[in-house]
Amino acid sequence: MGRTLKRTLLAGGIGLGLLVFVLSSCQQGGQTPGVSGLSKEAQSVIKERGLKPQDVVAALKTYLPTGQYDEYIMFSSGGHSGQVLVIGIPSMRLLRVIGVFTPEPWQGWGYSKETEEILAEGNVDGKKITWGDTHHPALSETDADYDGQFLFINDKAHARVAVIDLRDFETKQIVKNPIAISDHGGAMVTPNTEYVIEGGQYATPLGWKYASLDDYAKAYRGMVTLWKFDRKKGRIDKKQSFALELPPYWQDLFDAGKGVSEGWIFGNSFNTEMSTGGVEEGNPPFEAGASQRDMDYLHVINWKKAEEVVKAGKYKVINGFKVIPIETAVKEGILYFVPEPKSPHGVDVTPGGEYIVVAGKLDPHVTIYSFEKIQKAIQEKKFEGKDPYGVPILSFDAVVEAQVEVGLGPLHTQFDNQGYAYTSLFLESAVARWTLGGPYSKLHKEEPWTVVQKIPVHYNVGHIAAAEGDTKDPDGKYLVSLNKWSVDRFTNVGPLLPQNFQLIDISKPGTNMQLLYDMPIGLGEPHYAQIIKADKLNPWEVYPEIGWNPGTQSKDPNGITAGQEKIVRKGKTVEIWMTAVRSHYNPERVVVRKGDRVIWHITNIERAKDATHGFGLPLWNINLSIEPGETQTIEFVADKEGVFPFYCTEFCSALHLEMMGYFIVKP
Amino acid sequence: MILVATWLEKLIGPRVSSELLAKERQKFRRPTIFLSLAAFLLLVSIFFPYWRLKLEAPQYPQGLYVRVYINRVVGDVREIDELNHYIGMRSLQDAAQLERSLSVFAIVVISLLTLGAIYVHNQLAAVLSLPALLFPVIFLGDLYYWLWNYGTNLDPRAPLSSAIKPFVPPLLGVGKIGQFKTIAYWDIGLWLAFLASILIVIGLYYHRKAYKPLVDAMR
Repeated sequence: MGRTLKRTLLAGGIGLGLLVFVLSSCQQGGQTPGVSGLSKEAQSVIKERGLKPQDVVAALKTYLPTGQYDEYIMFSSGGHSGQVLVIGIPSMRLLRVIGVFTPEPWQGWGYSKETEEILAEGNVDGKKITWGDTHHPALSETDADYDGQFLFINDKAHARVAVIDLRDFETKQIVKNPIAISDHGGAMVTPNTEYVIEGGQYATPLGWKYASLDDYAKAYRGMVTLWKFDRKKGRIDKKQSFALELPPYWQDLFDAGKGVSEGWIFGNSFNTEMSTGGVEEGNPPFEAGASQRDMDYLHVINWKKAEEVVKAGKYKVINGFKVIPIETAVKEGILYFVPEPKSPHGVDVTPGGEYIVVAGKLDPHVTIYSFEKIQKAIQEKKFEGKDPYGVPILSFDAVVEAQVEVGLGPLHTQFDNQGYAYTSLFLESAVARWTLGGPYSKLHKEEPWTVVQKIPVHYNVGHIAAAEGDTKDPDGKYLVSLNKWSVDRFTNVGPLLPQNFQLIDISKPGTNMQLLYDMPIGLGEPHYAQIIKADKLNPWEVYPEIGWNPGTQSKDPNGITAGQEKIVRKGKTVEIWMTAVRSHYNPERVVVRKGDRVIWHITNIERAKDATHGFGLPLWNINLSIEPGETQTIEFVADKEGVFPFYCTEFCSALHLEMMGYFIVKP
Repeated sequence: MILVATWLEKLIGPRVSSELLAKERQKFRRPTIFLSLAAFLLLVSIFFPYWRLKLEAPQYPQGLYVRVYINRVVGDVREIDELNHYIGMRSLQDAAQLERSLSVFAIVVISLLTLGAIYVHNQLAAVLSLPALLFPVIFLGDLYYWLWNYGTNLDPRAPLSSAIKPFVPPLLGVGKIGQFKTIAYWDIGLWLAFLASILIVIGLYYHRKAYKPLVDAMR
């Protein structure tokens, strides 16, 4: 024991010595310090903080000196901040926040005509919504692997899906689901991003209609929507999209089949009890009512068949949207159910598509279904019955491959390149590493379908994300545990605590998972995240041309270059074409009369990386971020007389304070 | 006929008889080779930058470059203009407009004159190849004029006019303006032009060796 401790200390010491060496050689411009041991300074830091050798190693594994880039980029939901977070791994540095469903001043998101229009696409029946509850980001895929081109994310609260273009990391489109009020099982993509999947959550009458809760079974429905993605246009094509009507169980998460299971999607459900709550009237509350039965249903859906059925015109139209009725889905062999242990949560397809892993939530197991067995059971009609809506239920025993008792509160599963699966354990506050069987057995030394190690996390883990961990080709290396509670991990900042993202090193097999880093998230409650190899992303450094409109990703007709600035009055409308460059706007004086309609186009004519200019105009709630080459337009009525200084809100140069102008409204 | 020939020979020097040429082919070939190579190099230099300036500052980790060709200025011109406006320097694109518009034509002409010198067998050959011989020096002289012109004619109304005194950026080597370190390099085009000058000198030496006896004989 003593010897092992000594050895570990020695290893840590060498590690730290290396760090000190690297640091000191940087400071001394590459000179060899001549000392290979621990410096006194390093020793005193270790002593002061009481660091153990593994702490020192963890520090080394996440430390990136200035100017060095991360190997992976994580796209995380920003939860009910309505945004997306971009985080570097392993440094866990926050690189960017992407405004999606929520106005965000730094990016001018929601303060210009173009961005207001995109946000307005998400209006619900004309009602303006300024928040969203982002849950599951999905990177676009080619051949079941991330291609780094687009990112999709859903808003659970309003059943919306957004499209983010990864050339400029900006939201380009928001679609509101025409039949559902809320969603949960989105966004996920099919292996070539043919469709973006959006599964429902809380059943309601489809098409935003009224129906009494007494008519729940008859009038309420679940759904899954397949949004057709037009990669060339970078937009969802609503006309070619469709939904599948589902029984009013609460559909939860979905995942697309890949490899052998390509062409199918899988979703789970809870509340097959069809509980309608009403604790105030003496009914069991939802939490109990929805947890009565021992089994709920895994939804097995043939989307390629569904696509054909829609093409053949076998759909009904609800609120202008194509919907395949349940009866049609059953008749055409599109929809099957498989029993799954009660109220499960995550459903995740293994890298090769052979197995579907369902995490128990209220059951301590993960249940692994074989796609091959599911197909066989469908062909041989091994049904154990039908649900009240006529959906055939496959025999549980005929399709289960294995069950692994992973621990309490299993929620979500990710995969690596060593034949392991990782499942988050909410109640245990841990992540379980367990072995896959079948073709994955040869990748690891342990028994298939057994737990290898559990690593404690802090605390109440929801989703987990491994490097490319839901693709056909996972990278292993890193896993991030997205913890809901941080309790005692950080300095107290009042009663609303940050969430805690914990980085875990999963590169070594067996029982060698190591916790590396805690990152507080103080702006929302993130759900899922995806981690992509950084070199798969190739964003622009500046917009391709001067006068670029990011909304259309093409040249804006109102984009101008230096010398083309002008102010034109037409009746009661004043239109301004302005340029911004270090360190002035042109024109700097804009004079209108009270009551004039003002249309203002501003082009940043810079070509230098990072030379962004802002445009803040008081009173009319305007702040723009105009990146090099970008053109933005604002429109408003100058309904208040006075003198209004506008200025650059991004510190651009030594003469940044002088970058201003006067907007003068004459009485 | 003879009269015309004499007049022409007075102007462009004596012709070499075919017997003499056959006897001493090497001697007459040398000036042809050197002078035509010089003309060729000068023409090729059109496609290479003559002068390069690198600007180094903390916020430009990759540095900023400007490359000066005989007829154009390329590189981070936009950004450098952007910075220069703070000290009241005019846009680089406005510099040496006349020289740049004529330069390609001029190089073709002086290269042709150099080639012409091959067929001229008297002192006039030196006169014809003189523009090409002097071209790199003329280029540097003109460049220096423009650096001086730009650096000493700063707009007094510019934001940093009081912080930056008029200056002349160095033609070669290191200078400093504000937080920028400037490093000027002589680039491939200019070196080609210098090489052409050397070849012309050698060519003219062999030219004299070959044709001087004939010129003397004609007298």
